[in-house]
Parts: sequence; C-alpha cells; structure tokens
Amino acid sequence: MEFFVISLLNGVSYGLLLFMLSSGLTLIFSMMGVLNFAHAAFYMVGAYVAYSVGLKIGFFPALFVAPVVVGLLGAAVERYGLRTVHRWGHVAELLFTFGLAYLIEETVKVIWGLAAVPYRVPAALDGHLFTLYSTSFPKLRGFMMLVALLMLLSVWLLLKRTRIGLVIQAALTHPHMAEALGHNVPRVFMLVFGGGCALAGLAGVIGGVAFITEPSMAASVGPIVFVVAVVGGMGSLAGAFLASLLIGVMQTFAIALDWSLAGMLGAIGISVNEATPLYSLWKLQISQVAPVLPYLLLVLMLIFRPKGLLGTRAD
Amino acid sequence: MQTTARTLRYQPLDLARWVIWGSTALLMAALPVFFTQGFAITLMSQMGVAIIFTLSYNMLLGQSGMLSFGHAVYSGLGAYFAVHTLNLASKGQLWMPVPLLPLVGGLAGAVFGVLFGYVTTKRAGTTFAMITLGIGELVFSCSLMFPDFFGGEGGVTTNRVFGKPFLGITFGPAVQVYYLIAFWCLVSMALMYAWSHTPLGRMANAVRDNPERAEFVGYDTQKVRWYTLIISSFFAGIAGALGVINFEIVTAENVSAVRSGGVLLAAFIGGVGFFFGPIIGACVFVYFVVALSDHTKAWLLYLGMFFMLMVMFAPGGIASLIMMQVQLIARKRFGRIWRQYLAAGASGLLVLAAVILTVEMTYKVSVDSSGGTLMKLFGVEFDAAAAGPWAVAIGLWIVGGWLFNAARKRVAHTYGEIQAEFLQGRP
Repeated sequence: MEFFVISLLNGVSYGLLLFMLSSGLTLIFSMMGVLNFAHAAFYMVGAYVAYSVGLKIGFFPALFVAPVVVGLLGAAVERYGLRTVHRWGHVAELLFTFGLAYLIEETVKVIWGLAAVPYRVPAALDGHLFTLYSTSFPKLRGFMMLVALLMLLSVWLLLKRTRIGLVIQAALTHPHMAEALGHNVPRVFMLVFGGGCALAGLAGVIGGVAFITEPSMAASVGPIVFVVAVVGGMGSLAGAFLASLLIGVMQTFAIALDWSLAGMLGAIGISVNEATPLYSLWKLQISQVAPVLPYLLLVLMLIFRPKGLLGTRAD
Repeated sequence: MQTTARTLRYQPLDLARWVIWGSTALLMAALPVFFTQGFAITLMSQMGVAIIFTLSYNMLLGQSGMLSFGHAVYSGLGAYFAVHTLNLASKGQLWMPVPLLPLVGGLAGAVFGVLFGYVTTKRAGTTFAMITLGIGELVFSCSLMFPDFFGGEGGVTTNRVFGKPFLGITFGPAVQVYYLIAFWCLVSMALMYAWSHTPLGRMANAVRDNPERAEFVGYDTQKVRWYTLIISSFFAGIAGALGVINFEIVTAENVSAVRSGGVLLAAFIGGVGFFFGPIIGACVFVYFVVALSDHTKAWLLYLGMFFMLMVMFAPGGIASLIMMQVQLIARKRFGRIWRQYLAAGASGLLVLAAVILTVEMTYKVSVDSSGGTLMKLFGVEFDAAAAGPWAVAIGLWIVGGWLFNAARKRVAHTYGEIQAEFLQGRP
C-alpha cells in the first residue's frame, strides 16, 4: 500500500512535468501543424537560463524570468526562421526544428560546457512536504505538481475565456477567415510558438532542479514528450494531459518492479534457468523493460489508433 | 501496305553514362595512389561507407518522400549480425569470407526492413516520421536490455584478419579494406541507380508526388513504400557491415538516434532531389565529422548551422546549387554572374570568420578557461578574455554582414534577371 501510494504520487508528479512539456508541443502542433523537434531543447534552455539567472537573483524570480527569455527566443525563431521555411512545406519545417535542436544543444555546450551545472534545489523547497507511512514526499515534487496545475488552469483560461484565446482558436481552425477579419495571423502564430516555448522553459526551470541540468537532458526527455503528444492525440490538450499522467505513472511503477517472466513461470511451477532457450528474454525484469515501454506504447498506438487517445485527426 | 505492331524502343548508346560511371570507378581506384597517408585512407573508407548509407536513406527521403528518423536501426542491426557472423567465422564455426560479409549485413537489414517496415509504412508523412522515431528508440532501448547480443556499454569487438591470406589479401592493411569498401560502394551505387529506373523506383516517385493518384491508378501505396523500405534497409545493412570491417567494433551508438539524425543531415545537405546529391552530402558530412572534429570541439555546432542554412535558403542541397550553375554555364550566362559570386563568397568568408571567432572565444572563456584564456586561431595568438578580439569579432559581424547582404542582393538580382530571360524563351 505504501509502495503504491508513493509510486502513484511520484508518477503523477512526473506525469505533470511531462504535461508541462507536451502541452506546449501540442499547442504549437495544433496551431501551426509544426511538430517542434526542438521543444525539449527549449526545455533545456529554460533550465540553463534559470540556473544562470538564479545565481544572481534567486530561484523564484528566475522562475518567471527564464520562461520569458525562452519565450522570446522561441518567438524570434518563429519570426526569422520558421516563417521563411514555411513556404517549403511541412517536411522542411520538421527538418528546420530538427536542425534547431542540434544547434541549441551545441550552443548550450559551447556556453555552459559539457558537464552538468550545479543547479540546486532552493532552500525553501528543500525538505519534506509530508511523511506517509515511512516514506517522505519531497517539497519539490509538490511544488512541481502545483506549478503544473496552475499552468494548466491559466492556459485553459487564456484559451477559453479571453479575447486573445478566441482569436487563437479562430486562427487555429480558419486561418484565412481570421485573417480576412483583420487579425494578424502570422503574429498569432509567433505568439503561440513563443508561448509554447515559454511553457517548455517553465518546465525546464523545475525539471532542471528536479533532475540534472546537463546538455543531454534534452535528448533524454525529447522522445518521451513526442510519445506523450502522439499517444494523447496530436493537437489535443486534454489528450496530452491524460497521456502524460498515464506515461508518468507507468514509468514510475515499471522502474520499481522486479517481476520477470521467469519469476512468473516459476510461480506456476515451470522452472526457467540458464539452459532454457532465450533465457535473456525470460529473465528480463519489468524495471529493465521500463525504458522501452513508452515507445512500445507509441508504436502500438500508431498502428491501432493513429489519432491517439483523444485526438480528432489521423495525420 | 503492311501494318506492324512494333514497339518503339529508344535505346541510344548512353555514352555520358559510361563515361561518368567509368571515371567514378577510375577515381575510386586511383585515390589511394595519390593520398597514401593513413589518415586519408581511413577518411576515404569512411566516406565510402557513408555514401552507401546516405544513398540508401535517400531512397526513402528523396525518392519516396518518406522522412525517416530511424534509419540507423537497419544499418546498426545489420552491423550487429555481421560482427557476430565474423566472430563465428574467425572461430571456424562458420564459413564466411570477409569480402562477402556485407551480404550478411544486407540480408539482416532487409529482414528487419520486412518486419519493421510492415509497421512503419502503413502510414506516410508526419506519422511515418513519428513511428520510425519510435522504432528507433525502441531498438536503442533494447540494446541496453540484451547485453548478450548488443555487447552492453563496450559493444562487440571483432578481428577482420583470420584464416589464410587469399592471393596475399589479408584485409590487415587499411588500403585493402579501402578497396573492398570501394568495390561494394561502386556496386551499391550502380544498383541503387538502376533501382531508381525500375518500375518500382518510378512508382516510388509517383507515390511521393501524388499518393492519391497512384492509388487511383491501381497501385497499393503501402506496398510500394514497404518494398522500397526493404530494399533501402538492405543497402543500409551493407553499409553497416562494411563499417564493421572498417572499425572492427560495433556499439549501441550504431543503432542510436544520433546515427539516424546524422544520415538525415548528410542526405539533406547533399541534396535529396538528385541521385548524386547524397554522395556529395556523405563526403561533406564525413569530412565534418572526422577532419573538423580534430580542430574544434564545436564542430557539431558548425554542422548544425550549415544544415540550418541549407534548410532555410537551399532546400535542394548542394546538388541543386551545382545544377543551377550547370544551367547557367550551359546557356552561356555564367560570365555575367561569376564576379558577383566572388564578391558574395569573399564577404561570406568575413561572416564565417566572425562566426568562428565568436564561437571559439565563447568556448574558450566559458568552458575551457582552466588553462588560461590565451588561444590561437588562424595562426594568431590572443587573449579571449580581452576586449580587443571581441571588438574585432563585432567589427567582422557588422562589416561582413553588411557587405554580404549587399552582395547577396546583387546575386539574387542578376540570377532573377537571367531566369526571366529564360522564361521569355531567349537562348
């Protein structure tokens, strides 16, 4: 029971972090049809900027400054890069963001170096929020959940309850009509791309503290975020939320379990030992398989339900 | 009068084709005579492997419109099967001469092409790209799960020299390996070129350009994509096995996203629209990887910048730039534009110098400053922390940027003028 509750809490908090990342990706995709390969790179930039800024002004101001910086960077990328490439079509856009991911990662290496930077948990968030049975739950995880939920709420309010949200939705479904009505659709695109990147930056500020801030952090989280966006359904914010939690919880539980096929067969009386053919397959523990699970889910999803959990379109 | 149902066949002796392929073969045979240093031989061997791999990738991207993010899966798995075969052969448990090893890799690649391709080619476009990404990550994660087969962190090592030498060939010296790679490279190039003229190759182009219409004419687009992917993964497997012979080691990096991304970069830089584009791309890419990485830590940054510039301003790659000039030369307009190219090139060099100076000084100051901030660039020694060099860099940015922009505009203007003349039908 204790294992279950703690793993669930950890899984949900990891899932919420994934959601912070995938929500931006999903927003950008649903607006512009661009799969932003560099999304995780913006997440990394968020972490590094927060680290550098935080050294001067502290963690909490950096929590606001870093997303703004990343958002501005994203807007500039859209204005001066993506818009140029747009006329060559979607594949060129995909290639552009793919190259951008390389470029950002290498720039980070040149500026901050190859090794991890000492981006530490601020004193206010260090320590335990509460203790359940005998395991304690860190404050940082709680803060992570809080920020993610606040972000979800504000994005939802922005999109559904404000005028700018209305324009965004209009530009999303009927870009030509919105343009004809006098709205500057390219500027809306720039805003959405910048906004999506800012969300990734925000995730980076927190993810950087919770995990390690190093140049490979983008590559380690990038594919997972894609899995979330695809499994949830391309362009569906609610789907991304569901898929983030699903994958977060699934990953957390899988890592903690040491069940294997050999053990299960052993329990029902079939002995599997090193002489058995394909022994390396039988002896695999779930915790060893854990890294594969999201991708397996992705492939299965794309085969059997290409539009994702809550998506509306297949391509 | 007699009516005949004769099929018209247009089969002139294609002299140009014989000349091109013949001179390619001659060039490949002659290169080691001129470049005898060990470094050059290794570089050329790697280029040969990369050419096969990149061409096989372009079967997907350029000729069938499939953007794959997991092509290294086929070359990597081909390499793993080849390395295990080679190890068994050197123990005497299996008969497999080294020159035929690429076939093992190719077949392994093709088998996985049949398996994974069935899944991935069900869809095209962005979804295809996503599934290939998923499959790529899947296989890479598996490589850590099965250390028996994938060799864990250290990879699988082998030795290409075993048994009695055949006609004095042991494949010990690098030159012998180069000639083996060159042979396979030439054969693969010819076969892949021939493939692009088969009905399947032509249908792949049709499926790329207009899948609905191809379907309407009666072709199963999924099957066309699947067969293409199988053939492509066969050649990828050949490249993987040749890599095994060249390096005598296979690690999980061979199936990783880094490798898949690299081949995409290479193919795109070279140009996916022409058959010879990926060949150029592979050579440029290997040169970046091998030669530039000796000089600077930030080589990937330069490669990334180069790629981005190509995506933004020359989506047809180097090949398309070359073909544009060929057209100008053939129609006698090159004389009007070459001075402006020269001006653009010279001012472009200033911008390049600005980029290099900025990147290298940033690197020195922020990362590599433990041994002092003195550095040497283009033969000049200076202090990267001093204000002087930074002022030079900013000056280069401003002057170079301004000059380049002006030169670029003039090139674009003249080029547009010439194209307008072509449109008006002047010779």
